Amino acid sequence: MNKNSNTYIITYASVMVVIVAAVLSFAALSLKGVQQQNARVEKMGDILRSIGEGGEADRVPDKAAYINEMYRKYIVDSYAVDVEGGKIEGVDAFALLSDLKMQYEKPASERQLPVFVSRNDAGKTSYVIPVWGTGLWGPVWGYVALAEDWDTVEGIVFDHKGETPGLGAEIATPAFQAQFKGKKILRDGKVVAIALQKGGAPDDDPYAVDAVSGGTLTSVGVENMLKDCLSDYDAFIRKQLGDRTQEQVLTSNSENNE
Amino acid sequence: MSNQEKEPLFSAKNMKLLTSPFGQNNPVTVQILGICSALAVTAKLKPAFVMSISVMVVTGFASLIVSLLRKGIPSRIRIIVQLVVVASLVILVDQVLKAYVYDVSKQLSVFVGLIITNCIIMGRIEAFALGNKPWPAFLDGVGNGMGYGLILIVLGFFRELLGAGTLWGYPVMEKLGLYEVGYVNNGLMILPPMALICVGLIIWIQRSRNRNLIEK
Repeated sequence: MNKNSNTYIITYASVMVVIVAAVLSFAALSLKGVQQQNARVEKMGDILRSIGEGGEADRVPDKAAYINEMYRKYIVDSYAVDVEGGKIEGVDAFALLSDLKMQYEKPASERQLPVFVSRNDAGKTSYVIPVWGTGLWGPVWGYVALAEDWDTVEGIVFDHKGETPGLGAEIATPAFQAQFKGKKILRDGKVVAIALQKGGAPDDDPYAVDAVSGGTLTSVGVENMLKDCLSDYDAFIRKQLGDRTQEQVLTSNSENNE
Repeated sequence: MSNQEKEPLFSAKNMKLLTSPFGQNNPVTVQILGICSALAVTAKLKPAFVMSISVMVVTGFASLIVSLLRKGIPSRIRIIVQLVVVASLVILVDQVLKAYVYDVSKQLSVFVGLIITNCIIMGRIEAFALGNKPWPAFLDGVGNGMGYGLILIVLGFFRELLGAGTLWGYPVMEKLGLYEVGYVNNGLMILPPMALICVGLIIWIQRSRNRNLIEK
């Protein structure tokens, strides 16, 4: 047989492609379950890290079981809200995390925005808001943990797909993330988020942190991500705070009556 | 493996295919191939080890498969066929890593995918597997993968030990109590430039011991 005839070459290539496609799809499908489980554990771990829990994850023998247990212990509630500030019924907030990108590509009115509620050992409540944006080379994402006042940042976790190591990738380091602790996102009751300031932010500025040196585009990406995502929660946060003020007014009124 | 009937499987000639990449034919230090990934993934021992195993699997099986197909491959599209074989193996390895060592696969990030472009693999297929029987080709592939892996592990060992003071995540320097007497980790070891200098040092040591390797 002539191995250099066009017929032979085309047949050879076609058969090869079909075989390879079959082998690869089989492998991808059979490993999908385990991979999804890994991604799930990673997300849970990130949420826990943002509230400062689950720190033993790298030291325990069974990481998945540990993260699952901690998640069940500390995350007491999760729900989705819309940009108008109302809760959406019947939506699994955790499932939304796997296609957060899609939520932010929808028109604002159709977005479903997840919120996770955690309670620590001292009984203090905090709220974790996932954020998603674009860095220099690909997606960046993170989890912002807010204190009970919906204003003070308790902790923040960022991760990225492929920012430059040593420059943009610094956003994923604990040192960078630690800067956010204690910063504020509300000014006069409105979400302003936190700016990443080039050349360094003054220590007493509650609305800014130092940007990453040499990682300007990643820093801009993170800043926009915080601004865009958190401002979608603006209505919801105001509603929460509004309800709370009314409650306070009511309680103080009743106290006066007594 | 040391079955007497199959003894010729590990004849002197075959063993040489397996072991020569360790020394005088090392793909990294003698042929200067695969440097890019050798610098990128060796800041810690664990990713270096996983990368070594991955490359070994891919070089071994790519050589084996290409050697099995060598009589049927049309020479006009042979590079494409080789690439398809290598790429499929790399995707398989990547999927397995994502499923079973997720953390490491995140650290290795693009470098697993870039095994496809590792010159060692295509080099061995073109130079050896296409013209040899499957078994010697497999040994040659595994040998070269191990030769590459050896350098990665040596690099990973010293870079993690001196740069982070740990080995495989175990805090060696802390347990030895060296920090209390003023020992400080060398942050430069973690950065790629120092990896290049380390590769240079290994090449220097190897050539000073084996003068045949020095170019005239």
